[in-house]
Amino acid sequence: MSGGVSQLLEQIHMFSRRCLFRVISMGPLPIHLAFIMDGNRRYAKKLGLEDGSGHKAGFSALMTMLQYCYELGIKYVTIYAFSIDNFRRKPEEVQSLMDLMLVKIKSLLDKESIVHEYGIRVYFIGNLGLLSDQVRAAAEEVMKATAENCRVVLLVCVAYNSTDEIVQAVKRSCMNNKADRDGERRIQLVDIEENMQMSVAPEPDILIRSSGETRLSNFLLWQTGSSQLFSPGALWPEIGLRHLVWAILNFQRSHSYLEKRKKQF
Amino acid sequence: MLSLRVPPTSFNFRRFHAGALERRWRLGRDSLLYFSHRRGTGLLGVRSAKSEMAPFTAAEEETLPEGLQRELMPKHVAVIMDGNGRWAKNKGLQPWDGHRAGVEALREIVELCGKWGIQVLTVFAFSTDNWIRPKIEIDFLLSLFERTLKSELETLAKNNVRISIIGDSSKLPKSLLKVINEVEEVTKNNTRLQLIVAVGYSGKYDVLQACRGIAQRVKDGEIKVEEIDERLIEQELETNCTEFPYPDLLIRTSGELRVSNFLLWQLAYTELFFAQELWPDFGRSGFIEALMSFQQRQRRFGGRKS
Repeated sequence: MSGGVSQLLEQIHMFSRRCLFRVISMGPLPIHLAFIMDGNRRYAKKLGLEDGSGHKAGFSALMTMLQYCYELGIKYVTIYAFSIDNFRRKPEEVQSLMDLMLVKIKSLLDKESIVHEYGIRVYFIGNLGLLSDQVRAAAEEVMKATAENCRVVLLVCVAYNSTDEIVQAVKRSCMNNKADRDGERRIQLVDIEENMQMSVAPEPDILIRSSGETRLSNFLLWQTGSSQLFSPGALWPEIGLRHLVWAILNFQRSHSYLEKRKKQF
Repeated sequence: MLSLRVPPTSFNFRRFHAGALERRWRLGRDSLLYFSHRRGTGLLGVRSAKSEMAPFTAAEEETLPEGLQRELMPKHVAVIMDGNGRWAKNKGLQPWDGHRAGVEALREIVELCGKWGIQVLTVFAFSTDNWIRPKIEIDFLLSLFERTLKSELETLAKNNVRISIIGDSSKLPKSLLKVINEVEEVTKNNTRLQLIVAVGYSGKYDVLQACRGIAQRVKDGEIKVEEIDERLIEQELETNCTEFPYPDLLIRTSGELRVSNFLLWQLAYTELFFAQELWPDFGRSGFIEALMSFQQRQRRFGGRKS
């Protein structure tokens, strides 16, 4: 009986969400959303759970957010899963994060996974050489397996730093410039941009960082120059529909103002 | 005693022409700025309460307002001075009045930084994106900048403030470049506060010019491609003019929640503060609020607080 009631409530919830999304879609929608998933450990501490469960709760929050993005028709989603700076944490925490990542990456290969259900193409962006062979191999397998998907693009930044990404792009640009027979040609902005790992996606329209911190933490510095920044106070596992809707409504408000300004000039 | 080798002609009264309009500027000792529109809409006087920065010395270092702690003061503060145009529009004034009011607001903040022990203040005066604005406005902004630099040089030198200008200087008028070189040269040994003004600047431009510098060094055989790392890029960025190139705090006024391509690389771990007020209204109280917010934040740089 209770199963039937909860199923009914879920249907009602999904129906009302679809109506809400239909209303929001009347205005301009972002093409690319980026998330800094901050606050997992604080969440576990707050609820008195053991350390690892914060990250697990964070993962389910991520899946829910991906579902909403898919329903809204948002094409690109980028997440900051693990920074190069995070390697400086305690070895036990780093190891447990790596283990969790390995499990979750492998689960993406399952036929029932969200990746196949929604037609998600997955990219792993970062200095993958810093990861263990197992995690790297799993990541490469997922990238290969989802290469044909085209409905949604999920970019997972792991072992990533924006400054590291820029250094690699500068290195490649310098190498190409050196090999260039036309010695007079100066490096242009497009040369650097096409060598950035994130060039597979357009620049994010909105960057959402949970847990109320207002800083970029070396994430997508190059790409977020014009992005709207949104930092709700909720910890990442507490992130929900209302935060996403609020971010999009603010985006729509400033989007019309920016379009007006662009037309002025 | 610092001798100022500023040629006397640069303090002459000037007449500024811009297209069909004639604007007459007079920068007098009585600190009144006049703006007269030729078509006779009347004299619009904007009195600047303090057109000269009040001199401050180490002995007069102000005690911090309640709630702020000296040991938690940021070393480097960056500011995006947004909202001059909107401020002017709200008051029914012309955009140039907004920019002039913006200069006043900047004076106040520079003074406070000097008194409160902030060592570097970087301000976003003019972005590479701003070149698409109407020529009239651009000409006005650059000439305002030139005049302000000249008129403030003496005070800044007296107050031990060092000025550095960063940005793409290739599009700037020659007269402005001359003044910039002069000001940088005269103030280069000052140590109390370094004021970095970003003109014709953008974060991507800075990384691009650093990349070009590095590519040239690679071509010349000075360095190998494998040796390129974060430190090398940092050295080539235009913020290499300061000991503290990374802002601890970035303040943006007018409620816009974006960085607008200002100081890209350098903002990796900067605390961002978005103020609702328009820049000319952002004064001491807004600055205190931003500093208080900064001092309450926990900075972890990717690690964990134990």
